[in-house]
Amino acid sequence: MSTTEAPASDLDPFSIAFFDDPFPEHARLREAGPVVRLRHLGCWGVARWQEVTAVFNDWPTYVSSRGVGLQDFARETPWRSPSLVLERDPPEHTRARAVLGRVLSPAAMKGLREDFAAAAERKVAELLDRGTFDAIPDLAEAFPLSVFPDALGVRPDGREHLLPFAAVTFNAFGPDNDLRRQALAGVAPHLAWVMEQCRRENLAPGSFGAAIHAAADTGELTPEEAPVLVRSLFSAGLDTTINGIGAALWCLARFPGEYARLHADPSLARAAFEEAIRFESPVQTFFRTTSRPTELGGVPLGEGEKVLMFLAAANRDPRRWDRPDAYDIARRTSGHVGFGAGIHMCVGQLLARLEGEVLLAALARRVRGIEIAGTPVRRYNNTLRGLASLPLTLHAA
Amino acid sequence: MPSITFIHPDGRRQEIEADDGSSVMQAAIAEGLEEILAECGGNCMCATCHVYVIEDSAGALPPPTQDEDALLDGTAAERRPNSRLSCQLPASEGLVLELPERQT
Ligand code: HEM
Ligand code: FES
Repeated sequence: MSTTEAPASDLDPFSIAFFDDPFPEHARLREAGPVVRLRHLGCWGVARWQEVTAVFNDWPTYVSSRGVGLQDFARETPWRSPSLVLERDPPEHTRARAVLGRVLSPAAMKGLREDFAAAAERKVAELLDRGTFDAIPDLAEAFPLSVFPDALGVRPDGREHLLPFAAVTFNAFGPDNDLRRQALAGVAPHLAWVMEQCRRENLAPGSFGAAIHAAADTGELTPEEAPVLVRSLFSAGLDTTINGIGAALWCLARFPGEYARLHADPSLARAAFEEAIRFESPVQTFFRTTSRPTELGGVPLGEGEKVLMFLAAANRDPRRWDRPDAYDIARRTSGHVGFGAGIHMCVGQLLARLEGEVLLAALARRVRGIEIAGTPVRRYNNTLRGLASLPLTLHAA
Repeated sequence: MPSITFIHPDGRRQEIEADDGSSVMQAAIAEGLEEILAECGGNCMCATCHVYVIEDSAGALPPPTQDEDALLDGTAAERRPNSRLSCQLPASEGLVLELPERQT
């Protein structure tokens, strides 16, 4: 089969230069065609909303069980045992996913809302007293760290492993570059600590972790599977919301008109968070692997080929979105792919929205204006987009 | 193009034409109905596309799956016997759906 008809690109979408300003490159990829050959990585790329959505929604053709990074598990051994959800296909996926879906269900979120909202109020009050602070460590990291590990059921000692472990997980989806090599070189102590925490006896009663283990009692999971499923929440539950909240703060600081709208109507908090997920796409990319020869956007693809989905590019595709480069908190965002789509769509999306909503609502009520008080510094990761530092000043309402 | 009717929380009735093959959720979003949020985009994961089915004269609606039934336990507005997630309902002629006060 000839594959020469697809346009080719020499872009390295995992380079520091790209991370510094991916948006013009995203536009070039979208314009080049529905499917682009990424010569540097030896894989295909899709950057338009339609093809990204199509790949997400066709799991029998675009499988996750061969890894959702560049590495093909059919050829290479993964750095850790594969995830029971992210890196599986049905029917195995369905079984483990059902357990997580229940633990993180809308009904479960109702039970957390009050405590999370109170924690958000306390955090915003504390930062208002300080006036000027670094919004990444002091807010985007501090708030999720003040609620999520407790909800997961993690013991207080050793929590300094949480963020480095998550960073490795997301760096490992990328190609064999400096970011991935350095991350994996230092992973052993973090992974050992996390696996120890995932054991039933180390998870607090009433927590997400305990609820997952309870599924082993009913035979839904085996006792060996339960800790591995808990591990998914250590990997995906913290760094994601940190970068999501960081994205929202960075958007609201850069678009004072939108902050004014939010301040005038705090009920827009949830929408403001969701639009930040579309606009910045804190999770930038995931791969799939073709399970059979197929065709995508008129381009024939062979079996066993990697396809890289650019979520951020799809979320700003002018074919799908009106004024895609405007951060608009009143936008109808339904259909954005910042949380993915299809059977693997983020199982923690409700928890992420809860955290984002209560925090932005607390800000909206107590803060009249947000000002950037220093130069923001970017943090580099093969999958996550976000800042390392964002100095802000808050003005009390 | 099936026509379906929404009843807003204030009692106002609104009839819309849905595209063939679309879900009730997609039809509502296309029409810009603010009472349907559909945060998960129709993947049956968020329960923010909740509606009450008032009339299904054609008897065209499939029964809820286990996933939908479990999600309905977490709707923001009260769950009633006629509660459904509109992303799981094919838009079919003559449907009458009431929109809840809130989705989150
Ligand atoms: C703003 C925050 C978040 C973003 C942007 C995000 C993004 C994503 C995306 C794009 C996927 C799809 C992966 C794929 O299709 O291969 C995903 C899956 C997943 N997410 Fe999230 N996520 C967030 C928060 C969370 C939270 C808070 C948790 C847990 C508490 C979580 C747990 C998971 C898990 C376990 C999966 C795998 C689901 C499956 O394969 O069925 N995420 N997430
Ligand atoms: S749109 Fe999310 S459950 Fe229907």
